[in-house]
Amino acid sequence: MKTTNENGVKISITLLRIFVGWHFLYEGVIKLYNPEWTSSGYLASSQGPLKPLFALLTQPGIIDWVDMLNITALLLVGITFTLGVFERKGAIVGIGLLALYYLAHPSFPWLPQMNVEGSYWFVNKNLIELIACLVIYNFPTGHFFGLNYFIKRKPSKVKSYEMD
Amino acid sequence: MKWTRRDLLKGLGGLPILGAVWWAGAASAAYKRNERSEVLNQLGISPSLPPSVPNIDGEPVRVGIIGFGIRGEQLCRSLGFATKEWYDEMKIEMEENPDNKAVEDFERQEKLNVKLVGVCDIFDVRAERALNSFNTLENKIKRYSTYQEMIHSGDVDAIVIATPDHWHAPMAIEALKNNVHVYVEKPMTHTLAETYELQTAAEESEAVFAVGHQHRQTLSFKTAKDIIEKGTLGHVSLIQTNTNRNDDNGAWNYDIHEKASAQTIDWQQFLGTAPKVPFNKNHFFRWRKWWAYGSGLSGDLLTHDYDRLNCVLNMGIPDSVVASGGVYTHNDGRNVPDVLQVNMEFPRFSTGSSQVKGKEQGMTFCYSATLGNGFNRPTILMGHDATMELGNKLTVWPDGSSTRYAPMLEEGKIYPHTPIYQYNPAANVPDAISSATSQYFADKGLMWTYIDGVRVDSTFLHMREWLSAIKNGTNVSCGIQEGFDEAITAHMAGLSWKLGRKIEWDHEKGELVRIEGINFDEVLLAGEWKIESRELEKV
Repeated sequence: MKTTNENGVKISITLLRIFVGWHFLYEGVIKLYNPEWTSSGYLASSQGPLKPLFALLTQPGIIDWVDMLNITALLLVGITFTLGVFERKGAIVGIGLLALYYLAHPSFPWLPQMNVEGSYWFVNKNLIELIACLVIYNFPTGHFFGLNYFIKRKPSKVKSYEMD
Repeated sequence: MKWTRRDLLKGLGGLPILGAVWWAGAASAAYKRNERSEVLNQLGISPSLPPSVPNIDGEPVRVGIIGFGIRGEQLCRSLGFATKEWYDEMKIEMEENPDNKAVEDFERQEKLNVKLVGVCDIFDVRAERALNSFNTLENKIKRYSTYQEMIHSGDVDAIVIATPDHWHAPMAIEALKNNVHVYVEKPMTHTLAETYELQTAAEESEAVFAVGHQHRQTLSFKTAKDIIEKGTLGHVSLIQTNTNRNDDNGAWNYDIHEKASAQTIDWQQFLGTAPKVPFNKNHFFRWRKWWAYGSGLSGDLLTHDYDRLNCVLNMGIPDSVVASGGVYTHNDGRNVPDVLQVNMEFPRFSTGSSQVKGKEQGMTFCYSATLGNGFNRPTILMGHDATMELGNKLTVWPDGSSTRYAPMLEEGKIYPHTPIYQYNPAANVPDAISSATSQYFADKGLMWTYIDGVRVDSTFLHMREWLSAIKNGTNVSCGIQEGFDEAITAHMAGLSWKLGRKIEWDHEKGELVRIEGINFDEVLLAGEWKIESRELEKV
């Protein structure tokens, strides 16, 4: 598929990928280095149809695993997106994680909005970031800017560089 | 074949981004942690550990319960005895609210080394309820028709008193004189004279005496004590405590049992020394609404708040008390006020000072109550250096004009609107609290405390402490001295409201400053004192 603005699309989606990765990575690192952090409060105050499931996750013994998996997933998405490698796998993890975040506190008008800044009607920032991950999944840019560049492309010869 | 600079830039460009973000996150987390530990180190607060109570070994303590009403049943559950009716009620509650953990909590509760051997209740239905649930082949339980019979039976080592207030002291004194251990509900006494008599009886008795202020077991209060002793708050000049309730249960309009009648209730025994009025179900089940049997907000609820603070600050009896209020929300024939404000003065008290010596001294303890609004006003201790909110959870905010924290405030290490300390032993325990009144009690540390993140009934801990004192000679946290302070303070508040004037305590003589022509105990017991005295003024 060639469009007149192919470079513009590539650059835009690459930027999107790096910024989403940046966001995930920072969230993951902050939690990783704060031993007192826990998702317990977020899950315990969960609203909506899956409330009982999220409440179950706050039980002692389970919550430590939930916290560890959450940090791991955040870091995984962050690393794959910023480095531009295995980004499609990263995007799937990101979509899953954001879907859970959204379902724990869905922006349904009939539910109380807890721990939320801003005003939303069904669509909130988690959902938008989820769609961003969907875009990244469908338009991988790691071969354009990222470690995938080395995998997808053979090293250029000096000649071709000169021709570029 | 070789990588060009352009190849490297395109392939490895993400690496510095990853590095930068990682470094920023790690550095920010470390910075915040250091800053926090710097503040915490300076404060030097150590959260309290659960109290260690030696095992209660040997022959089980033979306990008799006097008064098997709402509180009596609760106290028995804390001792490990729940009625069949309670299990049925909880079943229904659990169907409505699956998060209700009352049965689970009860069954997990450590078994105390006690035998429930006797019950004394003047309402047949209640006495039979106890017999019906607790009488088993292994454990015979006997019904006594009077408290004297139970105390003198020789079959009871210890009694738990959960009767109307006017019976607390007579029963406790009788038991102590016969060396039977006593756990009595608050307020400890109904009059001043009784307070002194009970004090003497407790001091002379070999038996252990404890007042049922179970909040003394709350871990957060022990931590609060540590916080204040370390001068974290500076000089506390004002304490605000409140009662905010807005439901029938909270206004003491309890259910009247359908089987209640002059045949099923020993009315004369209920009255005791109270004025001889004809049989009255309303008086029997809702006795807290009349001075003849109860003591209203001052004896019933102020005592909780007063003792809660007395266990943290140990400030003793106030120099003076001024109270005002009225029957404003439940004009249903009661004569105890339902809106009450009490100011207790402690002019010589100090929690320490960060300022020039002698500048700060003295404190007002303000108790403010209404039974017509349930907005939660927390307990607040207001110091020159910081403010503390005291509940099952503790929060300390620095004051913007603090002397002690001035350097840290200036450097931007702490902010007035951000807590410098928070103690929440229940952080990871989602609570399912059913009613507004139980939320009120829970906030005051009256229902449970948390040990290692597990919810524990504070009444259970309080009774265990009493049983350990009986068996092992350990101390009780709310004994006769604490009970004396609590009772005198409550009576001062009641008197001040009734007389419409300041009531003073003479610390040297250990008695109230007399008022010409007034018999304090007569005033305390009178139902209509305020109205009568006003009418007299008009004449």
